[in-house]
Amino acid sequence: MNLIVEREKSLSELETRLAQLHERGIGGDEMRALETKVQELRQDFFGKLTPWERVNMARHPKRPLASDYLGALEAFDELHGDRHFRDDPALVGGFAKLRGHNVMVLSQQKGRDTKENIRRNFGMVSPEGYRKASRLMELAARFHLPIVTFVDTSGADPGIGSEERAQSEAISGCLMTLTHVGVPVVASIVGEGGSGGALAIALADHVIMAENAVYSVASPEGCAAILWGDSARAPEAAEHLKLTSNDLLGFGIVDEIVPEPLGGAHHDAAAFIGRVFDAIERALERLALLPPADLLDTRYRKYRRIGSWREDSPVRAGGLA
Amino acid sequence: MPAPDWLRKRRERDASADDASLWQKCPKCSEMLYRKDIVANLWVCSRCGYHFRMHAYDRINTLVDGDFVEIGTDILPGDPLGWTDKRPYPQKLERDREKSKLSEAVVTGFATLDGFPVALGVMDFNFRGGTMGTVVGERITNLLEEARRRRLPCIIFTASGGARMEEGMLALMQMAKTTLAVERFKDEGNLYIAVLTDPTTGGVSASFAFAADLIVAEARAAIGFAGRRVIEQTIRQKLPENFQTAEFLLEKGHVDMVLDRRELRPALVRLLDYAVDRKRLATPLKAVPEFAIQ
Ligand SMILES: [Zn+2]
Repeated sequence: MNLIVEREKSLSELETRLAQLHERGIGGDEMRALETKVQELRQDFFGKLTPWERVNMARHPKRPLASDYLGALEAFDELHGDRHFRDDPALVGGFAKLRGHNVMVLSQQKGRDTKENIRRNFGMVSPEGYRKASRLMELAARFHLPIVTFVDTSGADPGIGSEERAQSEAISGCLMTLTHVGVPVVASIVGEGGSGGALAIALADHVIMAENAVYSVASPEGCAAILWGDSARAPEAAEHLKLTSNDLLGFGIVDEIVPEPLGGAHHDAAAFIGRVFDAIERALERLALLPPADLLDTRYRKYRRIGSWREDSPVRAGGLA
Repeated sequence: MPAPDWLRKRRERDASADDASLWQKCPKCSEMLYRKDIVANLWVCSRCGYHFRMHAYDRINTLVDGDFVEIGTDILPGDPLGWTDKRPYPQKLERDREKSKLSEAVVTGFATLDGFPVALGVMDFNFRGGTMGTVVGERITNLLEEARRRRLPCIIFTASGGARMEEGMLALMQMAKTTLAVERFKDEGNLYIAVLTDPTTGGVSASFAFAADLIVAEARAAIGFAGRRVIEQTIRQKLPENFQTAEFLLEKGHVDMVLDRRELRPALVRLLDYAVDRKRLATPLKAVPEFAIQ
C-alpha cells in the first residue's frame, strides 16, 4: 500500500468526523480542536517529505500521468511506431502545440488502472519505444521543432523480448540522437525517473523536475536488494541514493524545480501542470535564441562537467561546484 | 616473453600483481591448469576454451606492440554522496585498489597495434565490478577527446555491472557524458571499436558500448541491459543458458562479430586496416612529447 495513500485515508477519516460534528451542529472548542488537529496532521504528513515519502508520492495512484500533461496541450497528434517492429504504448509521442509553440512531445506513459497498466507495460519502455523516440527526435530536428519530454518510468523494460531486441542499443541510440539534434531539448521529470530508461529521453538542454518526483540510478527496492539482500530496506536505500529534486538541483543534474501544492501535485493537477508548462515555455523561449551550434556546444559542456572526482588529492567537483 | 618497460614499472610498484599460485582450476571443466600455460594461452582454458576474466594491464600487454602510455591516472574517485552501507564507500574503494592493483575500473592510454597508433580503454571487473562512476565516465570522455584531437582510432574494452550505485545520479549522468563524447568523436570521421567482454551490462552497455561503429564481442561473454537475475525475478522463470551470451547476441544481430580471445588481436588489426588510412594517422606515439612515459 502506498504510504501517502494511507495517510490520506487517515486524514479523510478525521475530516469525515469533522463533517459529521458540523452536521449535528456541534461547534465550539471540540470542533476547533479537531480542526486544528487536522491542519497539524496535514502539515505533519506532507510538510516535509523524506526521500522514501517522495518515492511514494511519485508513485501515487492519483498523480498526474503523462496523459494528463498531453491532455492539457492545445493540440496533440500522436505519431506511432518504430517502423520496424511495433508501436510501444509505454512511449507516447507526436506533434504538439504548447502555449503556441509547435513542438515534438515524447512521454513515458503509465496506466491509471490495472488494465491500462498492462497495455502500457506500467510505463516501462521496450526497445521499439526508444527507437520510436529516436525516430521522432530526428523528425523534430529536420523540421526545427523543439523536443519536449515528460519522464515517468520505473525503468526500461527488463523482459526477454527487450533483451532479444537489444534494449541496450535502443537506449544508447536514443542518447546518441539527443547528443546531435540541433533543436532545443527540454525534459520534465514529473513522476519516477528510473535510471537509464528515464535518462534515454532526458539528456536535455534544460531539465525540469517536479518537487516530489524522484530520479535515481537504481530503484530503492533494487538498491536495497543489492546492498543488504532485503528489498524491505528500500526506505533506507532511498535516503542513500540522493534521488530528490533538491539533491539533484544541488548536483547540477536538474536545472529547475517546480513546487507542488501541500499533499502533492494531484491536489491541484490542472494548476500544477500549468506551472510545469510555464517552466517549459520559459526554457523554450530562452533556448530559441541560441543558434544550433551554440546549443550543441552548451549541451556538451553541461554534461561534460557533471561528476565529482579528485585530481591527485584536492577535490575537484564538477556538478558540485 | 619479458614484460615491456611500462608494465614492469607498474609491477615494481605493485609487487603482488604477479600471482604466486602455480595452478589454477578451470571453473568450467575443472581441469587443473598450470598458471604459466593459462597466461601463454591468453587466459583461455586449453581444454574447454573457457575465457578467464583478464586484468586490464594483462589485457593491454597482450594487445599492444610494446609501449603503452597511460593517461587519466590523476583522475581519482571521491565520495560525492558520503555513501555508507555495510562499510563506507572510500573503504570499498581502498579494498578494491589493493585487490585489483588499479586506481579505478578503467585504464586509458595510447599504444600501437601492429603499427597503428590507437587510443585504448580497458575496463576491469575487479574494481567495483567494473561499474561506471564519475571517474570511469571522466576517463572514457577524456580518452575520446584526446583521440579526437589526434584523429586516432579508439578501441574500448568493456566489462561492467552498470552504473555505480555509490555515486548515485552522478554515476548515471556519465552515460550522457560518454555518449556525447562518442558522438563528437565519430562525427569527425574517427573509428570507434567496442570490444564487449564478460560481463557488459546496464549503464555501460546502454551508453558508449553500443554506440560504437564496430562491436566485437568476446566469446561466451555475458552481455545485456538488465541483469540475468533481475529478468528471472521479473518473469519468475529460469532463462535458457545461452541467453545474453555473445553468441546469442550475434544470432539476434546485435554485434558485428564474436571472437575467441586468441583471434582478437589479428581481427582488430584487420578492422583497423579496412577502416583507417595508416598514412593519415598522426605521428608515431613516441614523437608526441606530452605522452612521453613518466
Ligand atoms: Zn576448461
